[in-house]
Amino acid sequence: MTAIQESDIVRLPRGVRLREDKQRGGWVLLAPERVFQLDGIAQTVVSQVDGECSVGTIIDRLCETYQAPRERIAEDVTAMFAGLVEKRVLEVA
Amino acid sequence: MTHSQAYDVQPPMGMLAELTHRCPLQCPYCSNPVALERRRQELDTATWQRVFAEAAELGVLQVHLSGGEPALRPDLPELVTACVDAGLYSNLITAGVNIDRPRLETLADAGLDHVQLSFQGATPEVTDHVANMTGAHARKRAFAAEVTDIGLPLTLNAVIHRANLHQIDEFVDLAVELGARRLEIAHAQYYGWALVNRAALMPSREQVMEAVERVEAARERLQGRLVIDAVVPDYHARLPKPCMNGWGRQSLNVTPSGKVLPCHAAETIPHLEFWNVADHGLREIWYDSPAFNAYRGTDWMPETCQSCERKEIDWGGCRCQALMLTGDATQMDPVCEKSPYHDEVQTLAVRDASGASEFTYRRFARTTESA
Repeated sequence: MTAIQESDIVRLPRGVRLREDKQRGGWVLLAPERVFQLDGIAQTVVSQVDGECSVGTIIDRLCETYQAPRERIAEDVTAMFAGLVEKRVLEVA
Repeated sequence: MTHSQAYDVQPPMGMLAELTHRCPLQCPYCSNPVALERRRQELDTATWQRVFAEAAELGVLQVHLSGGEPALRPDLPELVTACVDAGLYSNLITAGVNIDRPRLETLADAGLDHVQLSFQGATPEVTDHVANMTGAHARKRAFAAEVTDIGLPLTLNAVIHRANLHQIDEFVDLAVELGARRLEIAHAQYYGWALVNRAALMPSREQVMEAVERVEAARERLQGRLVIDAVVPDYHARLPKPCMNGWGRQSLNVTPSGKVLPCHAAETIPHLEFWNVADHGLREIWYDSPAFNAYRGTDWMPETCQSCERKEIDWGGCRCQALMLTGDATQMDPVCEKSPYHDEVQTLAVRDASGASEFTYRRFARTTESA
C-alpha cells in the first residue's frame, strides 16, 4: 500500500475527471474505462484535490467541515488517497 | 417517459460506438459480427453527433469510440468534439496503425480522454501473424510512444488465446516499457469471428490456470504502477460471467449503421427486434425496444437461475452463449456448473484445445458491391 504523507501534494492525473452525475444523482470519478461512484464524504474529500494544496491542508479544511478529531480525519483521508493512488486515479505531484 | 416494465430500469453508464467495421487488421477473434456492415451503411457525422448528445441526456457517462478501426473515419475529431460538448468521457479504442502524430494531436486537442491500444502479441512475430499485417507491431509501438509523449493516458489491450498465451509476462513488460497506466488481459470470447476460429484459439485448462497465476503475480509485483484488469476465460469456468453486468442494465452498443444492441454479439439471437437510431431516439430504444426488454431483470430466467443466490450477481450469464451452445437463448449459460449442458461445454473446450491452428482471418465477404 502506498503511504501518503501530509506534506504530499496530490492531483487527478490526465484522463481522470470528477463530475456530477445528474441522471443518477451524486458525483462520479471518471477514469480510463472505469466509473467510481462517490458517496457524499468521498466527493467532499476528492473535490478538495486541486494539485496545489498539500494533504495536510486538505485535512485541516475538512476538520472545519466535519466535527471529528483531526487524527481520525487524517487517518481516513490518507487511507482514501492511498487507495485511489493504487488504482491510479490519483497521483502524488 | 414510458417505462413498460414492472421493474426499475436504470439509465446506461457506458456506450460502445462502433463507428465503422472497416479495419486494417484481420484478427481472427474480432468481436464484430461475421457479416460486417459496409461503408455505405455507416451513419453520417450529424447522426453520430445527435446520438452522443442523446446518450449524455440519457445518462451515459463514458463513450468508447470503437470499430473496426475508428480512425478510418475522417470525421473522428468532430465526433470526439461532440462527446466533449456533451460532457461524455471519450475513450478511443484503436489498433494504432493509422494515426500519425498530427492527427493524434488533433484528437488530444479536441479533448479525447483516453486511448486503448490493442496488441495482438508481445513480439513482432506474434502481433503481425495474429493481425495478419506485416509491420503492425512496430507501428503500434511507435503510436504508443506518441500517446504517452502527448500525455494522454494509455491502456494496452491484449486479447489472449492459444497462440499468445505464453506471452503474458512479455505483455506486462511491454505495458510497463511503453508507459501504459493500465493493461487489459482479455481471454478471447467465442462469438462472431472467434467462434469461427474457436479450435485455433482455445487454450487448454492447464494453460489457462498458468495464465491466471502469472497475471496475479504481475498484479502484485506492479501494484500502484500498472493496473491489470483480466477478463477470465469462459468455457473452462465453473460459474458464468456476469455478461454486460446484466442485459440492458448498464450499457449499450451502437453499430456502424445505427442499430442499437444490448451487447455486440446480440444480433446472433435471430428473433430479437433491434431498433435503429435513424428511427428512434436513444432513450426510447433503451427503455422500450423489444431487444432491450427481452432479457432484462430476472423474470425470463429458468427455474434453476430463479432459485440461485447468484441470480443478481451472474444475471444468468450470457444469452448469446446460451443460444449458441444449447439452442435456447433463455437457457442458463451452459458454462454454469448447474447447467445440464455444462459437461458438454467442458468436453468441447478440451476437444478444441487440441484443434487445428490455422486462422480464418476477419475480412469482408467477397461481393460485387464495394465495401
